[in-house]
Amino acid sequence: MANMNLYSRGDKVFVRLNMVLITVFALLTLYPFIYIAAVSFSNGSAAAAGTVFWRPIGLTISAYDYVISEPLFWSSYKNTFIYTFGGTFVSMLIIVPGAYALSKQQLLGRRYFNLFVAFTMWFNAGLIPFFLNMRDLGLMDSYFGLIIAFACNAFNIILLRNFFEAIPKSFEEAARMDGANEFQVLWKVYLPLSKPALATIILFCMVARWNGFFWAMVLLKDEQKIPVQVYLRQVIATLSDDEEFGQSLLNQGYSVETVTAAIMVCSIIPVLIFYPFIQKYFNKGIMLGGVKE
Amino acid sequence: MSDLSENILPAAPKRTLGQRFTWLVDHFKREWQIYVMLLPVIIWFVVFLYKPMYGLQVAFKDYSIFRGVAGSPWIGFEHFQTLIYSDQFGRALKNTFMISMLSLCFGFPVPIFLALMFNEITHHVFKRTAQTIVYLPHFISTVIIAGIVITAFSPSAGIVNMVLGWFGMEPIYFLIKPEWFRPIFIGSGIWQEAGFSSIVFLAAIAGVNPSLYESAVIDGASRWQMMWKITLPSILPTIIIMLIIRIGNLLEVGFELIILLYQPATFATADVINTFIYRQGIQGAQYDLAAAAGLFNAVIAFILVMTANTIARRYSNTSLW
Repeated sequence: MANMNLYSRGDKVFVRLNMVLITVFALLTLYPFIYIAAVSFSNGSAAAAGTVFWRPIGLTISAYDYVISEPLFWSSYKNTFIYTFGGTFVSMLIIVPGAYALSKQQLLGRRYFNLFVAFTMWFNAGLIPFFLNMRDLGLMDSYFGLIIAFACNAFNIILLRNFFEAIPKSFEEAARMDGANEFQVLWKVYLPLSKPALATIILFCMVARWNGFFWAMVLLKDEQKIPVQVYLRQVIATLSDDEEFGQSLLNQGYSVETVTAAIMVCSIIPVLIFYPFIQKYFNKGIMLGGVKE
Repeated sequence: MSDLSENILPAAPKRTLGQRFTWLVDHFKREWQIYVMLLPVIIWFVVFLYKPMYGLQVAFKDYSIFRGVAGSPWIGFEHFQTLIYSDQFGRALKNTFMISMLSLCFGFPVPIFLALMFNEITHHVFKRTAQTIVYLPHFISTVIIAGIVITAFSPSAGIVNMVLGWFGMEPIYFLIKPEWFRPIFIGSGIWQEAGFSSIVFLAAIAGVNPSLYESAVIDGASRWQMMWKITLPSILPTIIIMLIIRIGNLLEVGFELIILLYQPATFATADVINTFIYRQGIQGAQYDLAAAAGLFNAVIAFILVMTANTIARRYSNTSLW
């Protein structure tokens, strides 16, 4: 607001108090990350005894040594990239042309096609029929299965369709005069005008893929195909159940806590690297979605 | 092509059958490309969303893997009767509503207050930094959240028990205590989503007419008064819409996090419908019974969403979809 110098004394106190509260909230948000990072760099016995507060105790990278020497960590990490980028690419291949077609007035039965898509937001068959369907289709335990089965959803299609519909028809006229077909109009006219919407949908797809674990856990049996989130879950489960193994870790300078923390840090790092790039699209994207959640 | 003809729908021609047919052939000859573009979406929706709806019939069948969905014999509402008389399903139903209602009560107001507070911050760098931090957990995987919770609340190694120790308290094994499950689950939900959810309200605040504030300043209003008397009432429609959406999705508790955090010791307060379905169906291979539970869930969810949408439509001109 422009009236900054009109602040009374009470206002100044109010603003200060606000900043303090926001700072507290931000620190509370940040703290778990600091804590996990501190645990991951701590000495195994210190972490197991629960003495780590905000900085590493007995600074060591032995937990990371253990993690990077695990072949499964690397293969799962690679898989996460495959699912994230491959999955997002396939999603865009289906969503973009579909949303374009649904935005076209000349599409016969457009109303019904839109209803066909939107209905799935209101009614969902649920976990079991979806699971049985995947098994019947023979898509269990395959990269392709996991990628294609989650390639699309009604929300993203409708979001992009609404954006396409709002683009004035006059933009495409010049291209049509030059004899461009629908694919060319989409590629050369619509896509360049839709960058914020596309960025938002790419962001949604990538975040969902990167973080997704439930269906990967349920559908993938082959350890070589699991993403890092499923690997992390396995590590947490086996390490915390197997006390003997936990003890053997301690003898080597790391612990259940430091190893899981190290994997978590490794899995968060790519998000932190991408985060500044995607952040500028948040506001735009959320507004595009409006309240249509 | 003139602007006018562009905006007119392809008129459904009231002609003879033959003329209609030629018109259709003509239409597809001219416009086939958009149908090609639509085809992958249609196929995908049929294969991955509508075919499972057909598969929902296992809820009324004695399903066997060997006979398949279509070949298994019908048994009517037997599974639903089993569910109604089962203690576990009743518990799951109760827990689903309890967890949703509690997270609605405690979780819903937080992003609104955050947005109101962010709005009062005029220091740009501070605001941006704080926003960057509070949005971050939204982008973190559920497994990581669970990992953090498990580490932090561990009885021997966790920070929470360490802090309790400073006050001379005995360590508590939080994750096997049924009474602690909901506070931990709802708290981690607020930690993860409150910041990011505030974006919607911040966007609504950005749309408030600045002249309202200008005249308030002339009248000598304080920032505090403006927040309560202008900003909050102005974003009330957004708040109500978001509330309606939340109520519409009441059954959607974050079951992925629950699967990662719950244990048999905490089932009493933690087991929700979807975790029940997961345990019975996918882990226990009782597909038909679990599908019946899923159908029950889907029907209630459908009614809730439809009601929410109708209310929203009546309340404001913006429908939810």
